[in-house]
Amino acid sequence: MAQADAVHNDVNAAPEPSPEPNPGADGSNPAKSDNVLVVDELRKYFPVLRGFFRRQVGEVKAVDDVSFHVARGETLALVGESGCGKTTTGRCVMRAIEPSGGSVLFRKRDGEEIEITALTKPELRSVQQHMGMIFQDPFSSLNPRLTVLEIIGEPFVTRKLISSRRELEERVAQLLGSVRLDPTYMRRYPHAFSGGQRQRIAIARALALDPDFVVADEPVSALDVSVQAQILSLLKELQSELHLTYLFITHNLSVVEYLSDRVSVMYVGQIVELGRTDSIFRRPRHPYTEALLSAVPVVETGKAGRRRERIILEGDVADPSNVPPGCTFHPRCPYVQDICRIEEPRLVDLAGANGIQPHFVRCHFAEELDLQGVRSSPQ
Amino acid sequence: MTQAPLLLSVDNLATHFFSQEGILEAVDGVSFDIHAGEALGIAGESGCGKSVTAQSILRIVPKNGKIVMGEISLFQNGESVDLVQLDDRGQEIRQIRGGEIAMVFQEPMAAFSMVYTIGNQITEVIRLHQDCSQNEARERAIEMLGRVGMPKPEQTIDAYPFALSGGMRQRAMIAMALSCHPALLIADEPTTAVDVTIQAQVLELMKDLQRDMGMALIVITHDLAVISELCDRVMIMYLGKDVESAPADVIFRDPKHPYTVGLLRSVPELGEGHSQELDPITGSVPSPYRRPAGCPFHPRCPEFIPDVCDVHLPPQIELAGGHRVRCHLYVQD
Repeated sequence: MAQADAVHNDVNAAPEPSPEPNPGADGSNPAKSDNVLVVDELRKYFPVLRGFFRRQVGEVKAVDDVSFHVARGETLALVGESGCGKTTTGRCVMRAIEPSGGSVLFRKRDGEEIEITALTKPELRSVQQHMGMIFQDPFSSLNPRLTVLEIIGEPFVTRKLISSRRELEERVAQLLGSVRLDPTYMRRYPHAFSGGQRQRIAIARALALDPDFVVADEPVSALDVSVQAQILSLLKELQSELHLTYLFITHNLSVVEYLSDRVSVMYVGQIVELGRTDSIFRRPRHPYTEALLSAVPVVETGKAGRRRERIILEGDVADPSNVPPGCTFHPRCPYVQDICRIEEPRLVDLAGANGIQPHFVRCHFAEELDLQGVRSSPQ
Repeated sequence: MTQAPLLLSVDNLATHFFSQEGILEAVDGVSFDIHAGEALGIAGESGCGKSVTAQSILRIVPKNGKIVMGEISLFQNGESVDLVQLDDRGQEIRQIRGGEIAMVFQEPMAAFSMVYTIGNQITEVIRLHQDCSQNEARERAIEMLGRVGMPKPEQTIDAYPFALSGGMRQRAMIAMALSCHPALLIADEPTTAVDVTIQAQVLELMKDLQRDMGMALIVITHDLAVISELCDRVMIMYLGKDVESAPADVIFRDPKHPYTVGLLRSVPELGEGHSQELDPITGSVPSPYRRPAGCPFHPRCPEFIPDVCDVHLPPQIELAGGHRVRCHLYVQD
């Protein structure tokens, strides 16, 4: 048990090597002072109900023992295929859905620490104003019956933060300007806007109450290629202007590389690899990460050395209601050994004693395997 | 390049939709050739007319749309048929659909009926196009499912589409499309709805099948990387026009049209690191009802020349090496 505790504490350590290990069990830990969010052993199990009496016959482990932290001002990407629990993790963190267990510690700008999972509904509401959320599909996330002014102004109105209509319009105009939209558009309805413009409106709404922390769930996946780039650049610019912290949920590894400082690769509800994006992409330590990176098709521009050996994984993502024993990835793993079928690997820090950036991997053979990443430009 | 026989020749095709809001020129003067065994990629953003081009070839354009101009010649056994002239409900086109030319769609759930097993649906296709018994058709369906890498094809043939995973459904649909050994397969966003590891499986499968069966392929997608993996030639479309077309190795190395350049620069590239600069195209695709005058791309174009681009539609310029481009920046060699 003591060993397991040590592992979790490492997950929560700040990216800078902390001077002394922190044996404290939870919360009050001075070394994590610049973390906006510390998630510890987060779990979400959905019951599987069957029959007339809705008896529970099983459970889907959508998120199973997930721990990570997000430092102020950084971008952590959660990446994985559909059904890996990345969206559920994002929602549990905001308590948009109730987690089944674990803790989520949120630190406000003034240093006050709040345990999100322990809050009552009204308390939660007051904390949620420090968090924004951006969704995938800007066609369904905006109410078609409200004008842009009403959509973006809604958080001010429901929280009674603004007294006069004039002030509200000024705030909304300012927000529209910050997402590079013409403020005169505020009386229009969402249908008058293109997909990219709608996503800008959704971003303006997420930023309305000046949050510290923004969860962005596949914000560019539904957009056209040329518009995706605009939104990605906007998100990057806003981050440096407003000192935002992003939890960025996506399946697109090119976007992860472009936007995130650190990345957490998820597979069937668990984190299989977590660390600096550049080091993971250059040299992944988990076979699943390697396969994901090699599966991404690349444009053949004729540059030397771009062709990579492609690893084709057999079969499909495991069913989270019927997780394979041992390592969840073993049925698809090209490097599978006998131990993988029996014993579940733990998430361990490879960097550990070396004092370099933490790099967590959940694989029995993380040390031995020499896995291939994507070539990074030398400069 | 050794020239295989010409299989399909599309010449100046225009398909318009007629609605209360006006005339939507979804495809407006598109020409391309496909030779036997060749893979062509059609790329562009939503609304550029790439799917309508495919629908025009198969004559499955939705009701309010009409092919108003052009020819689509299909060459088989030394004869050519103009598909535009055929009755879209006639016997002839129905023999070609699924027989000579087959199609796979983005969403396999929409391509299969939920109330029949996949085996039922594949044998139906086979018996429609080939003279064989129920048992023979079933044999062939099992063989085809095995060919596309379906595990235990003898059992999965009796599965319903909803019982299969996304990747397996995609394979079943490819098996159905290939069951009559088409000369041309049209794939409309074949990997957009599946996960990245499944996408790699499907791309690899399509590459193998195309090579082994010697069929021609049209891949329609917004993802240039998918085209780069699969295709010999690329055609870039914008608002119903074929703005640029060239062999794949040429267009990705040396794109000519500012739109193609913009598309390539706006995708973050894996392996280029955190600091890579994106250079997105400004604005977004305009409504097809309000198509800009002159070159359709001029309001977003960084190379815009006043009084030229917004007035005259650029003609198609033939550059060296089979590279064709519609842009005023280039002149005929």
